[in-house]
Amino acid sequence: MTHVLKIENLHVSVGDKPILRGVNLTINHGETHALMGPNGSGKSTLGLAIMGHPGYEITEGSISLDGEDVLEMEVNERARAGIFMAFQRPMAIPGVKMADFLRHASTNVRRPDRKEGEDLIPMREFRKELKDKMSHLQMDVEFARRYVNDGFSGGEMKRAEILQLAMLQPKFAILDETDSGLDADAVRLASESIADIGHQKMGLLIITHHDKLLEHNPPEFTHVMLGGRLVETGGKELAEELHQHGYERIRNAYPDAEAANQEMLAEEALA
Amino acid sequence: MPAAAPLHIKSNHFTDHSIKMTSTTLPAFDATGFDALTAGVSEPDWLKQLRREAFEHANAMQWPERRSEEWIRTDIRTFQLSKFHAPVALETKPETDTIHQLVDGVDLGGRIETIDSQITQCELSDELAAKGVVFCSLSDAAKSHSELVREHLFSTFDPDHDRFAALHTAFEKGGQFLYVPKNVVVEQPLHIGSILTDGGSDTTHTLIVIEEGAQATVLHEYNSVDSKAAGLHLGGVELIQKANSHLRYVSLQEWGHKTYHFAQQKALVGRDATLQWTIAAMGSQLSKVNQSVDLIGKRAECQVNGVMFTEARQHLAYHTQQYHRAPDCRSDFLYKSAQQDQSRSVWRGMIKVDPGAQKTDGYQRNDNLVLSEAARADSIPGLEIEADDVRCTHGSTTAKVDEEQIFYARCRGFTRKEATRMIVIGFFQQIFDRISIESVRDALGDAIARQVREYD
Ligand SMILES: Nc1ncnc2c1ncn2[C@@H]1O[C@H](COP(=O)(O)OP(=O)(O)OP(=O)(O)O)[C@@H](O)[C@H]1O
Ligand SMILES: [Mg+2]
Repeated sequence: MTHVLKIENLHVSVGDKPILRGVNLTINHGETHALMGPNGSGKSTLGLAIMGHPGYEITEGSISLDGEDVLEMEVNERARAGIFMAFQRPMAIPGVKMADFLRHASTNVRRPDRKEGEDLIPMREFRKELKDKMSHLQMDVEFARRYVNDGFSGGEMKRAEILQLAMLQPKFAILDETDSGLDADAVRLASESIADIGHQKMGLLIITHHDKLLEHNPPEFTHVMLGGRLVETGGKELAEELHQHGYERIRNAYPDAEAANQEMLAEEALA
Repeated sequence: MPAAAPLHIKSNHFTDHSIKMTSTTLPAFDATGFDALTAGVSEPDWLKQLRREAFEHANAMQWPERRSEEWIRTDIRTFQLSKFHAPVALETKPETDTIHQLVDGVDLGGRIETIDSQITQCELSDELAAKGVVFCSLSDAAKSHSELVREHLFSTFDPDHDRFAALHTAFEKGGQFLYVPKNVVVEQPLHIGSILTDGGSDTTHTLIVIEEGAQATVLHEYNSVDSKAAGLHLGGVELIQKANSHLRYVSLQEWGHKTYHFAQQKALVGRDATLQWTIAAMGSQLSKVNQSVDLIGKRAECQVNGVMFTEARQHLAYHTQQYHRAPDCRSDFLYKSAQQDQSRSVWRGMIKVDPGAQKTDGYQRNDNLVLSEAARADSIPGLEIEADDVRCTHGSTTAKVDEEQIFYARCRGFTRKEATRMIVIGFFQQIFDRISIESVRDALGDAIARQVREYD
């Protein structure tokens, strides 16, 4: 059976402000989906809602993983069920070493039934694996001794998210602008790494404003979000069109969604 | 490295402390108790005189005024001196092997243990003794090295500071004395273990004198036989450092949670000398500690690493002072505190700079992590600067555990409890990173890990 992540008619609000207004999306394991759309259209919100961020209230609709109701799961249960998100803005956890964080995370995700306080992956075994993965990603091992995202440059943070992706091997991964803030060489490296780790091995939802990442991870589907809805879905060529020509055509074609998008942006500016 | 032993030792002989505490035969902190305590000891006249004066002063003093700035945040109305007795000889020595936390895997140069102010162990390696190092009870030192002790005892501790200090001075018993002669380097750490039985009292005074060019590391811990134990500690610490000496002093306070802890802990740091003082406070019901470091010679330096972690209804108040009395000195105080349940911590810091102390570099910071709605952290940094060419920075932060951090960790499979625990331990890591002694880092890490409540 291939795994399926299914999102149906998803409505999400922050406070009483509606952000997603009926998103439908089905991702099969092994597929790559590009999620594009102008700033503030709701792309990150979709990812955070899938992960279960407490600030994002699901007012309607459903999310399921292989038929199981994801909305009933705790955040950590979602992670252990195999859903992962590489964050657009990862959190720093000062004083906690990357290696310790990842050892605990990897243990929990690989042994979803692990109870608190039970043993972690043996240190030697874990160290070896981490070292291998890091050298594969051309990361300095010193990095593992640094505190989680604490004082990381924008690029380092993104690479740390990719390392986590590599260690946790989820079934589905949402990559939220994992290519932003990287220099040209780093974008290529990140794109290759993601292709290596995830392309066709996971269900990927790639949120991006650039083309490099998609060149290395050609999407079977491209979705365009505007005003909290997926207004159009196409293939790889849709992503190419948007990269070349921007969102002008989309905005004109979906005036209601465009109005909703403008409204959200205006509110954001006020806030 | 094995984890430090947990603090759950029950002594059969001391379980019924209520009898011990109310028994009329036990000496009180009164004239009869004072006579009983001093009658049994032979000590130099100057010390007898000092005690007597302090006792008279204590009698003439009131308890601190609630309204005074110093005590406004610390309510001592629940404290009743009459509930405690002056230090008495132990009927039976409780098992204490697993109580000490800082000694695991450490090759010690000497150790002194006291239980309820009674010296129960006192050792110093022959090698160090041969170099002229003195590490013994303060009462022995007062006889054998009378002038040396006289010169330094109460040179920075003020017996008249308040009634607690006066009582400490009058009823002092079981104190320790360390003397490291000129240019002697003590490589192996020396250990002081102050232990309280349930209902016991500890009035120990620690006097450490490090002569010019000498070096030492002292690990000092305060434990009760049982984490819930009652008790009273009227304490004093004096660290006297001569020019170009180097001292690392670690104190870990894990008194039982019904223990009252009143102390002045002070250092005088001479020219080109360095002091690294790590101070962790996790025990007691109520603590009021005045910690101060006076930098009295040019280019003296001190680094203070403070850790406080409170729970239940604990109240820990630390007033710290870094006093620049000479030019070109550096002081760096970092206190990190976490509060859970209904507990409260108070940190009041002061950088004082004398008019002549130009080129002072003073840093002072207190970060608080408030872990429950009912917990509270008071953080009051302060500066009193009378020189014009100085660099002094201070700051304090008080925050809750960041929900975004918890969410992030949960997205990586951590439960909320695991995430919170990790974040709290990480919060203290910055302090551990400054501590250069591995056994201390481990013991503090373990102590904190034990104390972190499982949050839902
Ligand atoms: N926690 C929040 N609180 C308030 N408003 C929010 C919050 N999260 C998202 N929003 C709002 O929801 C809208 C969608 O935001 P989102 O971050 O999902 O956009 P995006 O498509 O990811 O944009 P970008 O391309 O700039 O990353 C924006 O108007 C934003 O301000
Ligand atoms: Mg976004």
